[in-house]
Amino acid sequence: MRSSAALFNPSPPLLLLLPLLLFSHLLPRALAADLGSGDGYTIAGRVKLDGATSKESGLPAKPTNIKVILNGGQSISFARADGYFSFHNVPAGTHLIEVAALGYFFSPVRVDISARNPGKIQAALTENRRVLYELILEPLREEQYYEKREPFSIMSLMKSPMGLMMGFMLLVMFVMPKLMENIDPEEMRRAQEDMRAQGVPSLSSLLPRSN
Amino acid sequence: MGSSHLRPRTAMAIRARLGFVILLSLFFSATLSTALYEDQVGLADWHHKYIGKVKHAVFHTQKTGRKRVVVSTEENVVASLDLRTGFIFWRNVLGKNDHIDQVDIALGKYVVTLSSGGSILRAWNLPDGQMIWESTLPVSTLSKSSLYVLANMNVGKDNLILVFGGSSIHALSSMDGQIVWRKELSIDSLEIQQIFQPHDSDIINAVGFVGSSEFVVYQISYRTGEVMQQSKASFESGFCGEASLVFDNLVVALDASKSSLVSISFKNEVINFHQINLSDLVPDFSGKVTLLPLKFNGMLAIEIASSILLLRVKGANELEFVEKISHPFAFSDALPLSKEQQAFAILQHDESKIHFKVKSDNDLRNEILKETIQMDSQRGNIEKVFINNYIRTDRTHGFRFLVVMEDHSLLLIQQGEIVWSREDGLASIVDSTTSELPVEKEGVSVAEVEHNLFEWLKGHLLKLKGTLMLASPDEVAAIQAIRLKSSEKNKMTRDHNGFRKLIIVLTRAGKVLALHTGDGRVVWSVLLPALRRSETCGNPFALRVYQWQVPHHHAMHENPSVLVVGRCGHGFDAPGIFSIVDSYTGKVQNSLILEHSVSHIMPLPLTDSTEQRLHLIIDAKLQAHLYPKNSDSLKHFFNEMPNIYWYSVEVEKNKIKGYSLESKAELDTAEEYVFQAKELWSIIFPSESEKIAVTATRKMNEIVHTQAKVVADQDVMYKYVSKNILFVATVAPKAAGEIGSATPEEALLYAYLIDTVSGRILHRVCHQGAQGPVHAVVSENWVVYHYFNLRAHRYEMSVIEIYDQSRADNKDVWKLVLGKHNLTAPVSLYSRPDVMVKSQSYFFTHSVKSMAVTATAKGITSKQLLIGTIGDQVLALDKRFLDPRRSVNPTQSEKEEGIIPLTDSLPIVPQSYITHSLQVEGLRSMVTIPAKLESTTLVFSYGVDLFFTRIAPSRTYDSLTEDFSYALLLITIVVLVAAIFVTWALSEKKELKEKWR
Repeated sequence: MRSSAALFNPSPPLLLLLPLLLFSHLLPRALAADLGSGDGYTIAGRVKLDGATSKESGLPAKPTNIKVILNGGQSISFARADGYFSFHNVPAGTHLIEVAALGYFFSPVRVDISARNPGKIQAALTENRRVLYELILEPLREEQYYEKREPFSIMSLMKSPMGLMMGFMLLVMFVMPKLMENIDPEEMRRAQEDMRAQGVPSLSSLLPRSN
Repeated sequence: MGSSHLRPRTAMAIRARLGFVILLSLFFSATLSTALYEDQVGLADWHHKYIGKVKHAVFHTQKTGRKRVVVSTEENVVASLDLRTGFIFWRNVLGKNDHIDQVDIALGKYVVTLSSGGSILRAWNLPDGQMIWESTLPVSTLSKSSLYVLANMNVGKDNLILVFGGSSIHALSSMDGQIVWRKELSIDSLEIQQIFQPHDSDIINAVGFVGSSEFVVYQISYRTGEVMQQSKASFESGFCGEASLVFDNLVVALDASKSSLVSISFKNEVINFHQINLSDLVPDFSGKVTLLPLKFNGMLAIEIASSILLLRVKGANELEFVEKISHPFAFSDALPLSKEQQAFAILQHDESKIHFKVKSDNDLRNEILKETIQMDSQRGNIEKVFINNYIRTDRTHGFRFLVVMEDHSLLLIQQGEIVWSREDGLASIVDSTTSELPVEKEGVSVAEVEHNLFEWLKGHLLKLKGTLMLASPDEVAAIQAIRLKSSEKNKMTRDHNGFRKLIIVLTRAGKVLALHTGDGRVVWSVLLPALRRSETCGNPFALRVYQWQVPHHHAMHENPSVLVVGRCGHGFDAPGIFSIVDSYTGKVQNSLILEHSVSHIMPLPLTDSTEQRLHLIIDAKLQAHLYPKNSDSLKHFFNEMPNIYWYSVEVEKNKIKGYSLESKAELDTAEEYVFQAKELWSIIFPSESEKIAVTATRKMNEIVHTQAKVVADQDVMYKYVSKNILFVATVAPKAAGEIGSATPEEALLYAYLIDTVSGRILHRVCHQGAQGPVHAVVSENWVVYHYFNLRAHRYEMSVIEIYDQSRADNKDVWKLVLGKHNLTAPVSLYSRPDVMVKSQSYFFTHSVKSMAVTATAKGITSKQLLIGTIGDQVLALDKRFLDPRRSVNPTQSEKEEGIIPLTDSLPIVPQSYITHSLQVEGLRSMVTIPAKLESTTLVFSYGVDLFFTRIAPSRTYDSLTEDFSYALLLITIVVLVAAIFVTWALSEKKELKEKWR
């Protein structure tokens, strides 16, 4: 009944409402009330946050004040507990609706209210140009404001500068002697003599003991 | 652990030029976002929530649960506060034009607000602030609307909320906001004054005036809105529109001449007028009377010649004088104590004391309660008071007073004590500046703050455990406590990194407060006497705050000070107000009302010998006044006078004009410090096609480190770095309104770059189908601006970079580095600067409230744009995303340079919100302050809330991070040393063995 009444109204609401109005007995009365009063049109829709999956972001499962913003702040409305919102007395033209809910990323919505063809309206997400047949706004994604701490792993420790330092030390300690063993003793001696001749200080000469 | 352990390994020592090369390589390796871990919240940032100056308050203390007070404020906030502590349970910030007219509680569970001139009624859930319903009422904006929540008729059933204004009354269900009935009282020019409901009846009474002389009474059915009875009568000398309901059948009004009172009694369609002679009550009465709104049965408050008389109404023509009160004072509304008894409070200011009196209608001569409290003089006078009662254990009534002071602070007073106070003036910051803290005195060493070595190591071991994710939850909590406790960040002295500063803010109430950057606490506050309402200056308001004196070379013993500039009244020709405040103590050093007006304030890059900054104040008559007024400053000023140019933007006239100063031939001694402006140039935009939307310039104190930019193929581009660049955006007048009011064909946006010395337009670009609101930021040699693209119906951001072509052949980097390139080439004002402009545009998702750019001490660190989004968050966006050299497929060398492949829209990475999971409600502005540490910028953003943090656009390359594990370093060193000795011992043994063999 209510939907047909709305259609005969001189300044009808958005057609977007129609699918909702068919179920208007399910909706609180406030949504359907006051239709067509004033000089402009009414934009009504719903913000839908599915599931309390935002546990990870550390925010309350459902933000209590979801703001719905028309034309960059021209007027601000709030979504009710069930997500419904409305703007009244909106003139014909192309409008922009944004949703500000902490923890969620919403695409702005372009809403066209036709002046020549009263009641004909179109809505589309501006981010991905998806056309909306009903003004049900869903977040494109959840937002995580914090970097996640990587759990402790041996690899991350190894990759740290100090881990690399230790690794190199271990390499020198255990692999180098092995390498030394493989060297021909004659060659080794010659090399050592060369080194002495050049006066390169060896580790042992640095330590408090003279050879 | 305190940050003092984290001695910065500053790159400062490295000479900047050398550093440049190193840093370049660093930038390329740095990731684009500098994100925060959740456990780092509160380490470098703080967030304070405010609500603004309270307009209305409703207490909710009946039930046994939480006691709260619901308030609405001038910042369009509706909030529920804890009555015990003053903490905010919840709050909702309405749109900027959605002013709250009234607030009330319906059904004991909904907060009802009437806003937008009485056209929007909303109900909020009392426990959590969730909006329950919203209703739009068709009311004329000409008349003031009021809200009347009917008292519980039958508990449990629906209650009606009445909204009345002009000649219409709406009755709405408080359950769902549905309009139950609507009554248009069919008389033109009817102004309903009051609606009330006589006890236990189904009828509501509405009283009002028709025109200026007729008085009407309606009796309307509560259930249907039907008019049951209607009566009117006219009074020949007329009414002025003010009236006060004294009894259910008696209204006292002011007559048209505002000099006498008329009592109007009405009963059963009979209306009687009685003129009351005030001279019987006040012997020496003359002049005008004002009726004060005192909603108290049988009482009347009138103001005569700056004193207030309380009168008791005994009958239709009998008034009794009760008390005389002098300014400053505040009344509360009536508070019902029981069915028959009402009480109200009178507060009176007496120097630094406030006297509280509560009177009940049983005995008006005496008080139920009389208290006196001492009040901080920096809070000013009382502006408003709301009272609430509670039953003491001995069954007498106790009272709570919610007091709003002149500085917009909110206090709860009970039993002669301040239970809590909120500094809500901080919700309306007008301007801010910073001040360095005092240098650490000798004898107080930093080491003293550090505990002994064992403690220190223990702390770090705990932290190591934390980073290795081995800590138990208890230990994690301990680590967090250690980090947050950090006494280091809250010290009152200057630190090495320049993180600790004072933020000096000026609020709309004319109060100056110093906030510590460590935790945002108020260090001192002063309500400027010059910015308080006085006889010489009836309507003062605060304009700006500047740094006045920053001693660093000379005058070291003096404290730094700030200059506060205000204006007496709202016209441009109103006289200016000047106040100088000590930055360390908040003492007002000097305060004066200027003889001239203030239309433009120019801090000059000059100081006198006591390091007071020279300021030029341009008045409405285009005369420049030099401050401080001393011969020394004049001497410095004369040296620089030929180099001083300025411009003015006249938005209404669509004009930009450039000026220089004219020196006077003969100096008049009295006007020694006054100079005449000389108009040099003017740019007039055609008003039929363009309208100035926004202008932006570079920050005065911005430092550009390098004038050249090395591009991919070893080529050099010279930035056109000029302090005199002005960015102007104009929009088509048709598209100057909100989005949705214009079609793409009508909309045009022009962006101009203008040299403010010569008035030359360096660059002009047109965006078809674009409209405002425009936000712009200028830095170094680039401009970034944000606007709305109507064709794509998305927001867009454009960047313009300007390069100097005249130096393009100076390709030798080494000459530049050594400062030997040719600077002797002739430069002329009249020659057209040879500039090259590059620009690019990108889509951006959100509406923007404010934009800023990071600033660092030496300008070496790369820049980030700070974008205050419509959701009241602050997004840090790397400037590299707004680089006109971005292309879809960058070449290998461009990739190496760090050029990001072009995308059509700018990315929004949630981790790069510097406000992380917080919102700076009602965000208005972001201020960036360079720290001493080159990598770091301090960001102070304000709106209704305050938020402060520090960010490092290229990560903290010049200091170890908070996360750096000293314990791990120490352990590694110990292990290394041990290993050296072990291997030495082993090799020794082996050698010995060899020798024995």
